Amino acid sequence: MDTPKHQNNFSSTTQIIARADVAIIGGGVVGCAVARKLTLEGASIVLIEKGTDILSGASKGNSAILHTGFDAPIGSLEWECVQNGYNEYLQINKSLNLPLQKTGALIAAWSEEQEAKFSDILKKGKDNNVHDLQLLSRKEILELEPNLGKNIRSAIVVPREFIIDPWSTPLAYLQQALENGGKALFNAEVTDGEFDGMSWLLNTQRGHVKATHVINCAGLYGDIVNSKVLGNCDFTIKPRKGQFVLFDKAARKLLSSVILPVPTARTKGIVLFPTIFGNVAVGPTAEDQDGRDDASVDKENLQALHNQALEKIPALANIPITATFAGIRPATEKSEYQVSQDPDRNWITLGGIRSTGLTSSLGLAQHVHQLLLQRGTEFKPLVSPIVPSVPNLAENQPRDYETSGYGEIVCHCEMVTDREINAAMKGSMPAGSIAGLKRRTRATMGRCQGFYCSARLAELTKGKFEDSIDVGKADV
Amino acid sequence: MSDPLNGNNYDVVIIGAGPAGLSAALTLKKSGIESVLVVDRDSEAGGAPRHCGHPPFGIREYKRIMTGPSFAKRLVQSARDNSIKIALKTTVTMLQPAGNITVSSPEGMGKITAKRVLIATGIRETPRSSRLVSGDRPLGICTTGTLQSMYYLKKLIPFRYPVIVGTEIVSFSALSTCKKAGIKPVAMLEENQRPTLRWPLYYAAQAFGVPLLLQTQIVKIIGDPRVRAVYVAENKGNIREIACDGVLFSGQFTPESTLARMSHLDLDYATNSPIVDQFGRCTDPTYYAAGNVLQHATGKKAPIYYNPSNLPQPVDVAGKCWDEGQITAQWIVQDLAGNLPQ
Repeated sequence: MDTPKHQNNFSSTTQIIARADVAIIGGGVVGCAVARKLTLEGASIVLIEKGTDILSGASKGNSAILHTGFDAPIGSLEWECVQNGYNEYLQINKSLNLPLQKTGALIAAWSEEQEAKFSDILKKGKDNNVHDLQLLSRKEILELEPNLGKNIRSAIVVPREFIIDPWSTPLAYLQQALENGGKALFNAEVTDGEFDGMSWLLNTQRGHVKATHVINCAGLYGDIVNSKVLGNCDFTIKPRKGQFVLFDKAARKLLSSVILPVPTARTKGIVLFPTIFGNVAVGPTAEDQDGRDDASVDKENLQALHNQALEKIPALANIPITATFAGIRPATEKSEYQVSQDPDRNWITLGGIRSTGLTSSLGLAQHVHQLLLQRGTEFKPLVSPIVPSVPNLAENQPRDYETSGYGEIVCHCEMVTDREINAAMKGSMPAGSIAGLKRRTRATMGRCQGFYCSARLAELTKGKFEDSIDVGKADV
Repeated sequence: MSDPLNGNNYDVVIIGAGPAGLSAALTLKKSGIESVLVVDRDSEAGGAPRHCGHPPFGIREYKRIMTGPSFAKRLVQSARDNSIKIALKTTVTMLQPAGNITVSSPEGMGKITAKRVLIATGIRETPRSSRLVSGDRPLGICTTGTLQSMYYLKKLIPFRYPVIVGTEIVSFSALSTCKKAGIKPVAMLEENQRPTLRWPLYYAAQAFGVPLLLQTQIVKIIGDPRVRAVYVAENKGNIREIACDGVLFSGQFTPESTLARMSHLDLDYATNSPIVDQFGRCTDPTYYAAGNVLQHATGKKAPIYYNPSNLPQPVDVAGKCWDEGQITAQWIVQDLAGNLPQ
């Protein structure tokens, strides 16, 4: 480990830009959920993010499914956090104005070999406390999903797998933390730190942060943060890319449930799923790679995904592709979550949180709170915390354009108003980049991908972000 | 005029205030149909020609050569002179049987019923995503339409030295817009042996000093947060890197037929246009379509979105849309008089 560069610097306040009970490293869904939970439990928190906005890493691309945990490793922390996270989401989503579509999921078997795994899946579901799994015959499936390819054999229905909004969810979590006194620092990569026996002094690119406890939620960089600050890490991130193809909203009427494949040991496999925004998507691939930031797409994999989707629902052949994207999962050399603590140094690591992170994040936050309680921390829960309401982007809830008083619709494909765009650049957690603005509003994310609205959006966002849509005024 | 939108009945509602929509409206008015409403989601009428700042427009309508924006102005002026109602910033959100349409405007949601509805929603280029191009997804990737609306409407530019993909008519517009805006394209790529638009593109590219790379395909886009380079594959299989700060995907037009696609109307999946009969009538006979939203089947196999050998669909010049708007409006007049076969 590098020798800390700021020894005996603790009395100096000149460089300390934030003080809190708990510093949370990483603004992905896990960091945001931990920030919310600990704030509500009475801790002062500061969330430290190296990107310009939340969701700059693993959390920006996922399949946005609220998982029951029916197939989680039995008795594992992942299982516990998925189930706790699932239950808490259903308790809080309405008050935060977070959407939910009760789609249900089908684990579909297209071959005898896949069917052979059904008894294990049913048993695992029961063992995992998910008791409503049910075997469906071919006829029953086709009644439920008449557009599925006719060579489907049978399926297990998982009635309580739902779809949610992958971006508004963590935004709401962090917003609740910030509106109840929490802080967030962006462009603040943690470079090293020192523990004095009582508290941490973390060195970030923006200055020092002093905190009693540190929770490492750095996702794709979790191992690097531990190595840099603690000097060791017992896991290594093995970035695993997942590409997706998104179909036009016309596809939504062809599919009502999430279509899960029979899982393999390595991944949940390729899923065909409706999105909360009214599209249908297929993905993710599972490609191991070295790059932690390389979310590039490639034609071969996209074509393969497209073909797989068409095999499952032949009528998708007539539906245009709206978008392609990729996310990177922070997988490790092990299949379990890498949650650990260094009690002597007040440090908790939430590492290797992969596909299930969107669901489990609230459960992980509960877990962190329990660990802190066990250490004797005494935080006083907020009596009547502020409950922010995030703007709705889901197609099954009223959207902004349905309420009078907006100035204009800027993005016509996704029906985004100027009022929504302006609001997303203000408030307790304003967008930090064009990409962040897209995630908050869906502007340019529709079928024309900005053909019609980029010009207006460039004008509305001029000077707001470090990297803008335009490169400046025309020279002539 | 009171609220033109809510609860109102019209003889004809026209969706889209571009050349096809406005010429249809004028024809209807001149044929004595008074109850006509044109709706457009934009804040200005005129359609795509508004941001095509180059000639030739207006030859068949006004007997003179004009640029797109002045042509659009003339169109809108003609509509105003004939007191045609145009509801701007009004987005049609749903088409339902028997001429019932739902709209959103800053005043809120509204429902309109029309005896006949004309869909004249135009066309757009295929973006990078549905071409399934590999690589990063940085800032600086756009279509000609985006470049033109940024430059002609906002005087902004999305890049300074892009690569242009495609050699259709619109790619020529892209070159000329770049020249006007002080943008210096570093290359123009065409995957086939010859440019799609053989003349004058070949010479135009030369005249603008832009290398025209034939049998060359874009295989990867690099950059974060902005485009830094592209990889291109040459015919011999060589892959090479071209430094650039943007990628302009030109052409591969696709009808903006979303409303029809999301509705009860049938679509021709070969062209992505609504299916119409010889009168321009959709599968629900209260609906008609005209202009660029109607692309005529070429007799070729249905296009696959990412298929690079998919030949670009033709885009009608504004004048043809104008003509088609007139003709379809005449059929609508006949229809309302009960003179069309069911």
